[in-house]
Amino acid sequence: MAENETLALEIRHVTKRFPGVLANDDVNFDLRRGEIHALLGENGAGKTTLMNIVYGLYSPDEGEFLINGKKVEIKGPHDAINYGIGMVHQHFMLVPVFTVTENMILGSEVTSGPSLDLNRARREIIELSEAHGLDVDPDALVEDIPVGVQQRVEILKALYRKARVLVLDEPTAVLTPQEAEDLFQVMHQLTDKGVSIIFITHKLKEVLNVADRITVMRRGRVVGHTTPKESTQSDLASMMVGRDVILQVEKGAAKPRNVVLEIAGLTVEDERSIASVKDVSLQVRSGEVLGIAGVQGNGQTELVEALTGLRAARGEVQLDGQKLPFENPRFGTEHGLAHIPEDRHKHGLVLPYSLADNLVLCTYYQKPFASNLQRNDRAVDRNAVELIERFDVRSPSQYVTAGTLSGGNQQKVIVARELSRPISLLVANQPTRGLDVGSIEYIHNEIISMRDLGVAVLLVSAELDEIMALSDRIAVMYRGEIVTVVDAGQATREKLGLWMAGLHPGNA
Amino acid sequence: MEDKKSSHLIVRRILAWLAGLWQSLGVPLLAVLLALLIGAIILQISGASPVDAYSALFKGAFGSSKNLGRTLEKATPLIFSGLAVAFAFKAGLFNIGAQGQLLFGALASAFIGFAVKGLPPYIHIPLALFGGAAAGALYAAIPGALKTYTGAHEVITTIMLNYIAINITDYFADGPLKDTSPGNIVARTPAILDSAKIPSIQSIPIGFVLAILIAVGVWWLLWRTTIGFEIRTVGLNPSAARYAGMRVAFTVILTMVLSGFLAGMGGAIETQGVVGRYQPGFNTGLGFDGITIALLGKTHPLGVIPAALLVGAMKAGASQMQFSAGVAKEITDVIQALMLFFVAADMIVRWIFRIRSASEEKVILSGWAQGK
Ligand SMILES: Nc1ncnc2c1ncn2[C@@H]1O[C@H](COP(=O)(O)OP(=O)(O)OP(=O)(O)O)[C@@H](O)[C@H]1O
Ligand SMILES: [Mg+2]
Repeated sequence: MAENETLALEIRHVTKRFPGVLANDDVNFDLRRGEIHALLGENGAGKTTLMNIVYGLYSPDEGEFLINGKKVEIKGPHDAINYGIGMVHQHFMLVPVFTVTENMILGSEVTSGPSLDLNRARREIIELSEAHGLDVDPDALVEDIPVGVQQRVEILKALYRKARVLVLDEPTAVLTPQEAEDLFQVMHQLTDKGVSIIFITHKLKEVLNVADRITVMRRGRVVGHTTPKESTQSDLASMMVGRDVILQVEKGAAKPRNVVLEIAGLTVEDERSIASVKDVSLQVRSGEVLGIAGVQGNGQTELVEALTGLRAARGEVQLDGQKLPFENPRFGTEHGLAHIPEDRHKHGLVLPYSLADNLVLCTYYQKPFASNLQRNDRAVDRNAVELIERFDVRSPSQYVTAGTLSGGNQQKVIVARELSRPISLLVANQPTRGLDVGSIEYIHNEIISMRDLGVAVLLVSAELDEIMALSDRIAVMYRGEIVTVVDAGQATREKLGLWMAGLHPGNA
Repeated sequence: MEDKKSSHLIVRRILAWLAGLWQSLGVPLLAVLLALLIGAIILQISGASPVDAYSALFKGAFGSSKNLGRTLEKATPLIFSGLAVAFAFKAGLFNIGAQGQLLFGALASAFIGFAVKGLPPYIHIPLALFGGAAAGALYAAIPGALKTYTGAHEVITTIMLNYIAINITDYFADGPLKDTSPGNIVARTPAILDSAKIPSIQSIPIGFVLAILIAVGVWWLLWRTTIGFEIRTVGLNPSAARYAGMRVAFTVILTMVLSGFLAGMGGAIETQGVVGRYQPGFNTGLGFDGITIALLGKTHPLGVIPAALLVGAMKAGASQMQFSAGVAKEITDVIQALMLFFVAADMIVRWIFRIRSASEEKVILSGWAQGK
């Protein structure tokens, strides 16, 4: 009994089926007061589904919940909030054109008479943010603040509604390393005050650093419990995936040949003619991986979008000796350029489309997928079946819509599409964001084998580990400029860190 | 063993298919039912017998082959305007301007119908028909171009263009194209020649058959061709369409043009199959009804057909109802408005009948993603 009293939340025998998928299969999970409990599992294991059930967004087919030892019914988010459960989703739920304060009170408006009492709300928010050391400007528009701060707003929003149990679904996927550190501090401050946290992530290092306990899921079931003291990264990885995972990328020396991508004096300006990419020149050769390291927001996104035709730019870019026109994505597709975009929901996928349609999103008009304007469903289908198999996309069939796949499997669909046609240049922006270790291993191996087949790879990643593991040469980007380009062998974490902070290699 | 398994699978497939069908048809069906129910209550309150009224309405619409023919005739332009709205919807465009495009279609086909002389029917009929469709297409190109080149929203521009269309067509009917036959004082064009008239075969209007064929053609275009794929992609996710190398601006204009083509053809068929000339006031509301019909048909080209038949039947049966049940014709407008209200506010219907929406289970998509 005594132990029961310390449980902030208990999930018992939860089962949830979707058409063709058993997303949660008799799941038990408990959360002690004041602990950080990490929930690990491969893509599609059912973590988000379980949390959505706890938050009342889905109703479970079977199962029950206990909060502070008492059985409760959660029929919708409203109930969940009343029971002190707060959730920060993988995909934030803020209104971009509202201020921080307005977002915060949305759904629980403070009123005086018939009108909103924004001033009182504002005061309360300032108090709350001071009490928890969560720095935010209550009057800033959400669209103007960085992702890390938006996330703080989400957390504050939960606390504002008096959350005692906080669910964080992959909160670090979109954060810079510094922002992630800040988040961990906030999490510890909260647990000191008795808040309990469920923390979902694919980054094993983080789990070992911040979690008190760890629960691992695979294919809808809980497959094990452990603690950071008892386990290592590779233990966790094999528990999740059900086999040994090689966390190190194995690759031979690069054999660079002719120049495939030649960038000369590339400048990208926004509408107010502020340059986000300044006079960048780079070369990528066939058979090598050029990694671009940099803190997010230093022009990497704009550089990639200019190269792939999504953004206007100035300068000269040549692909295989041919001039690459700007703002013409199809030219790239037809001349051997593949692009794994940074934002999979915005550019990479049409969520209401089937996997089959998404897998031909760029080549739908080519043979065999169409002839003379008429689509050939049989060929589209066959292509999908083959790629789903080859890239191990976890999905009931090729007909389900991309929106129903788990985040990691959505990414695999994009990777499958882009790597399955003959290419000479691969531009990959955050190719493994949100993926589990098994899938990362797989995609890293694919990228390296593309390289060994003679493809030129331009890799952008906010993960220094990923850059260092895959790159043959590393370019460091800071404030829109390339600070330096070095051979991967000469780069250390420390040096890269300094250059990414803007220190010139000459002075370092 | 194998056999049992596979038959089990087939049963499950069928169940899933039925569930899917209910998901998509449930709300429109219940919306119609609710609208009829409220209509009955209104009739009751106003002292009429709902049973008498509805049975008169039904008889008026389907009671004889002549009545059925009238229902089909009424449904024909509605199928076209419904298709026009539904088609534009697939590219994420809300074409409120079907009315204006339809007016230009009706006027242009009337002009070709009376002014071009000496053609055999098999040339004159299609010439006037496609002339009308082309006029609608050209008129719809304006909001398409305004949207792509200036960013002006098509809802606003098409509403304004509707007023412009009404005034311009009025002017032509009362000015340069006015019927000058002795004794005519009303604004209207001369009657079209017999060679431009679309006949009926045994009370089935040829125009109706054409409408069905065109609806199937629209379905084919949207789901079986690369152009349709582009249109739907632009409608669902324009950023992804751009990423995929599709020409978003071109697709938007093309969709508007084709939408206007459909509306214009509806106007032409009305001129050539029913009215016999262009006369202001004879086409009122046909384009606007297209919005109701497109929504009632779930913006699916084939869903538009039953939706148009329903509205057409109410229009055709209304006078009989007025005559034999003594109920004001306008009650059918009320019912139609209620139907539109319930499909548009489908949350209300779902709430009344406790239907779970398919999208409810998808509010939260897994996978990190940043909107910006
Ligand atoms: N709304 C839905 N409709 C149908 N299937 C769904 C839906 N939501 C999730 N699923 C399926 O349920 C399974 C579990 O998905 P879930 O999003 O919970 O995985 P996850 O563990 O969060 O994965 P990731 O780490 O990739 O985010 C997946 O197979 C997914 O395809
Ligand atoms: Mg998830």
